[in-house]
Amino acid sequence: MNKKAPVDRERRKFFIRVLQGLGLAALGGSIWGGYISEAKTDEIVLRPPGAVPEEDFVRKCIKCGMCVEACKNRENNPDRTKQTATLRLASPGDHRPKEKGKYIYPKEVALGTPYFVPREIPCYMCEDIPCVPPCPTGALDPDLVSSVKDGKKTLDINKARMGVAVVDMEHCIAYWGLQCDACYRACPLIDEAIKLELRRNPRTGRHAFLLPVVYPDVCTGCGLCEHACVTEKPAIFVLPRELALGRVGKHYIKGWEKKEEQRIKGSKGVQKTITPKSEKPPEEYLNVEDLLDEE
Amino acid sequence: MEVKEEKKQSTGLEMSRRDFLKTSAAVAAAAAVGMEVPEEALAAASNAEAGWRWDKAVCRFCGTGCGIMIAVKNDRIVAVKGDPKAPVNKGLNCIKGYFTAKIMYGADRLTKPLLRMNEKGEFDKKGKFRPVSWKKAYEVMVQQFKKAYNELGPEGVAIFGSGQYTIMEGYAAAKLMKAGFRSNNIDPNARHCMASAVAAFIQTYGIDEPPGCYDDIELTDTFMVWGSNMAEMHPILWARVTDRKLSDPDRVKVVVLSTFRHRTMDLADIDIVFRPNTDLAMMNYIAREIVYNHPEAIDWDFVNKYCVFTTGYIDTGYGMRNPQRARELGYSEKEMQTVMKQAVKRVSALEAPALSIYGYKEGDVIKMKHAKQAGKHWIISFEDFKKALAPYTLDYVARIAKGDPDEPLEQFKEKLKKMAELYIEKGRKVVTFWTMGFNQHTRGTWVNEHAYMIHHLLGKQAQPGNGAFSITGQPSACGTAREVGTFAHRLPADMVVFNPKHRKISEKIWRVPHGTINPKVGSHIVKIMRDLEDGKIKFAWVQVCNPWQDTANANHWIKAARKMDNFIVVSDSYPGISAKVADLILPAAMIYEKWGAYGNAERRSQHWRQQVTPPGEAMPDIFHIVEFSKFFKLKEVWKEWKLSNGTVLPNVLDKAREMGYSPEDTLYDVLFSEKAFRRTIPDVDLSYPQPVAKNPNTGEIHLNTCAVGDKRNVIGVDGKPWKGYGFFIEKALWEEYRLFGNGHGHDLGPFDLYHKVRGLRWPVVDGKETPWRFNADYDPYARKEIEAGRAPRDGKFAFYGPALKKLPRGNLFGPTSKEKVDLTNKTKIFFRPYMDPPEPPDNEYPFWLATGRVLEHWHSGTMTMRVPELYRAVPEAYCYMHPKDAEKLGVKDNDLVWVESRRGKVKARVKTRGRNRPPRGLVFIPWFDERVYINKVTLDATDPISKQTDYKKCAVKIYKA
Repeated sequence: MNKKAPVDRERRKFFIRVLQGLGLAALGGSIWGGYISEAKTDEIVLRPPGAVPEEDFVRKCIKCGMCVEACKNRENNPDRTKQTATLRLASPGDHRPKEKGKYIYPKEVALGTPYFVPREIPCYMCEDIPCVPPCPTGALDPDLVSSVKDGKKTLDINKARMGVAVVDMEHCIAYWGLQCDACYRACPLIDEAIKLELRRNPRTGRHAFLLPVVYPDVCTGCGLCEHACVTEKPAIFVLPRELALGRVGKHYIKGWEKKEEQRIKGSKGVQKTITPKSEKPPEEYLNVEDLLDEE
Repeated sequence: MEVKEEKKQSTGLEMSRRDFLKTSAAVAAAAAVGMEVPEEALAAASNAEAGWRWDKAVCRFCGTGCGIMIAVKNDRIVAVKGDPKAPVNKGLNCIKGYFTAKIMYGADRLTKPLLRMNEKGEFDKKGKFRPVSWKKAYEVMVQQFKKAYNELGPEGVAIFGSGQYTIMEGYAAAKLMKAGFRSNNIDPNARHCMASAVAAFIQTYGIDEPPGCYDDIELTDTFMVWGSNMAEMHPILWARVTDRKLSDPDRVKVVVLSTFRHRTMDLADIDIVFRPNTDLAMMNYIAREIVYNHPEAIDWDFVNKYCVFTTGYIDTGYGMRNPQRARELGYSEKEMQTVMKQAVKRVSALEAPALSIYGYKEGDVIKMKHAKQAGKHWIISFEDFKKALAPYTLDYVARIAKGDPDEPLEQFKEKLKKMAELYIEKGRKVVTFWTMGFNQHTRGTWVNEHAYMIHHLLGKQAQPGNGAFSITGQPSACGTAREVGTFAHRLPADMVVFNPKHRKISEKIWRVPHGTINPKVGSHIVKIMRDLEDGKIKFAWVQVCNPWQDTANANHWIKAARKMDNFIVVSDSYPGISAKVADLILPAAMIYEKWGAYGNAERRSQHWRQQVTPPGEAMPDIFHIVEFSKFFKLKEVWKEWKLSNGTVLPNVLDKAREMGYSPEDTLYDVLFSEKAFRRTIPDVDLSYPQPVAKNPNTGEIHLNTCAVGDKRNVIGVDGKPWKGYGFFIEKALWEEYRLFGNGHGHDLGPFDLYHKVRGLRWPVVDGKETPWRFNADYDPYARKEIEAGRAPRDGKFAFYGPALKKLPRGNLFGPTSKEKVDLTNKTKIFFRPYMDPPEPPDNEYPFWLATGRVLEHWHSGTMTMRVPELYRAVPEAYCYMHPKDAEKLGVKDNDLVWVESRRGKVKARVKTRGRNRPPRGLVFIPWFDERVYINKVTLDATDPISKQTDYKKCAVKIYKA
């Protein structure tokens, strides 16, 4: 299997060249979609910042590896090697956890697509997000990681939503009362994405709990918390947002938050509802004589 | 009471299996809902793990002193838990404590002596480290020691000691140096962390260590946290502070002052970011508020009964090298720019108003005439005190103290005012906490004294919930370094070598001839480094510390170690920077591989038993020290010595003979043998094993490598299998040591008592501890003084510390009379002015550099960087910087930068987001990471009184790497 890798790489380069030459990068999605969909991807996979939703992502990603290359060459990558880069291309050889059973690891990732495993190497949330702009197909969409600053659209890593951190309160030692909060201190958005909730400890009567609580609306899913967590298997870990988060119905929005309206954008109005109570036509219900107690 | 509890534990053994199942279910259920579980049930549950032997111990890390329970099976630690009975931590730990067990099991533990050798197998300073036997190691070490000792005398050898020595180790090292080699060149790394606190305690109270205790946390209304990031450095104490805040959020106020924002500020009601060194000015502002604007807040009864106003010299330098000498040694021109201030400095615009009371104005020259009398002080009048405070108006202080250029001045003023009001408010209890921000300071003693000044003026000291409380960094900075006195000027129990009475007392206890102890103060830890550079010390032994990583201005000391003619021995458990520059490395046992005791910040002494056998040929430090003593005959050390300043240490061999010693006796015979202890503590049972060696749960006898050897039969320094000293040497050292303090306000309990309790706070009188000292409600010594009429009978305090209690009178400029006033049972209110630190930023070096620690790592990281989880949590030291500064420098978060001072430079990765948020113009870099060797950059300026280095302030430039 390993021997195949160089061939793959050659092929990849060839296609990129072809696509670039034709100026048809945008078509990448349709050309590659068919090929990629053959390879399965575990739903717990974490994608680079700015990745479009997984379904679109696997269609659009042409496995060119530009994002991975950029991550490898980012200025703050200690020795600029693949081994120390956050992003990796799923390939048959390197797709194995360093320590089995000690953290979440996607079992399968569509070959050639980029992903990362935060317990091994988290995303360091580079301010200039070197991995996103090189993407030729929009699988990584700069718009998803940009904000308007001084009237100009600028890359903003805080907008990334690679996943979301989840705390296992049973095994998080801060919830035992120990003074840890390593995740909180590791968080680049300390006090925004992870806050400490202070609670008294009735057992000792004198040592407050300092409990890490994740705020999913801010959390980028970079995984620095998961990387820092000191328990054997991390008690805080990043899951894809699809997997970890619930969804609120589109018929109700928070009355106190203006931007909430965006959530129901495109809503076609409340649909007809049906419950066991309402499944029969009214006459069928009304015409049953069953109210008089039998004597 | 505690004794009973031990008994209860053992009854757990008799539980039936059914009972046990019920119990564990109950424990689990109770834990789930956070209920208090009866102790019996807990004990029973723990006994249920077959073959596990639980025993109490103490955490290896900070000065908090958390209790830890250790379970051992098959000579290996299997589990650790916070000790639920320990009053400090009640079963909790921070993450360093959580990993205490793992620190002993790093893959690269040193297990064999390693000597630099050439191909022929001879010692060679340029050679590579190769394993040698203990015998060979000691042969070379003894030969090298004797070479230095015979050439330079007792001043030519030195020990780098530690606040992480067990009490017994520190005591053994001090005894060997002071009574044996007659050298005072033993000084601990605690000099870097506690010396300013010590100096201020001695100057103010005449006795070391805090009057209060941790119970103050639950009893106070106000926390004033100055220069301390407790949330990271003392997490368990911080949990207590936080809990107190939560218990009454409106009443309880937290004020945090620092030169940069950190985790501790997150809880603050008032957060004050100040310019480095202006803590002195802010303290004087508070005092001015009291004296000028709220005179009714002064507790005149307290002040009149117990206090005098005092002050000292200001032209005392900054504890740097003599500029002339530095020049001779070839210090660079850049370095000299700062070093020159040791001799002269110009009054800056910032300090001019403060120094106007001495007649100085901006641009005037101050000649540092009193560098050698920095500690001298005298009584002044209240009027002088008041006059001296006059310049510290809100306007002036706010102007110089505001540390965040982006904070509006008015807002900063408002905060200062509110803080002063909290101190002043009648009926409001106040605790002032501080650590390295105050202590690592070129005017550290002053600012410590300032804290007492305010509490004394307000009468808010030495009472439950009220007091200025210096928190300790290291696990036994108090217990060992300070109480045992492993300092260049100290003897046990607050005695000092330059006091003839103290020497006499010590000589008597040690049963050594009168005149043995050297009266000349030795070299403090920075000076030991300087002496190595000067060639004045040619043998140095590093014990339980890592001075080549932790001493500021390290480039000089690396060169001194590697290029000069000297011999450096390092006793350590892991290879660190100091080991790397050494000539001989001795493998040391770690905390639970030996018997020991630590003393924490609230005067609580806590003991533990040896739990497991050390690995390889590693041996306890007591072995390292005591074995060395076997190679020296009295005739080699107790002869006459001429010291460099002309002092003559007399030949005491004749007196020794009168005492029954022979010149052929070894230092071991006289200082450490069973026979020696028979002389000093004849009534103590020193057999091993004895009841205290039994595990309270299983009855198993604990190991004691020093007393009886162990299964390894390590081939010792004599080439024979090690079978131990044949007696309980740790108990002997403890029992002899406590002779120094008993009856003098430093009373410690008998050895066995500490194995029945969870530590005791000294003075321990009649088996009872003392939570608050100087207060007759709690302290029998204070009661005694009052009853004897030596302290006011109509009061409840007696500040009975004996040191520096006879002072002349004077004014702000100096003493005016020779006659000395007796200050028995009094304390002092110091006036000290604001002064600039010696190296503020300028155009070329525009940033302040402050160094410190992070929660995850301990000191130089030799232990915690070997715990995979802690390594992963914080794999390297970052340069914390304001985002706007980063932008200006053209660097982004995580980029590498050079941080360069006049002395050296290192590369570090920039962090603009995260736990520490410096204001513009300041960077913070922790020192645990030897790859970010920040002490190559820092300045070795020290407090002229305490000789403690200021690691918090020097000037650097930063540029993209």
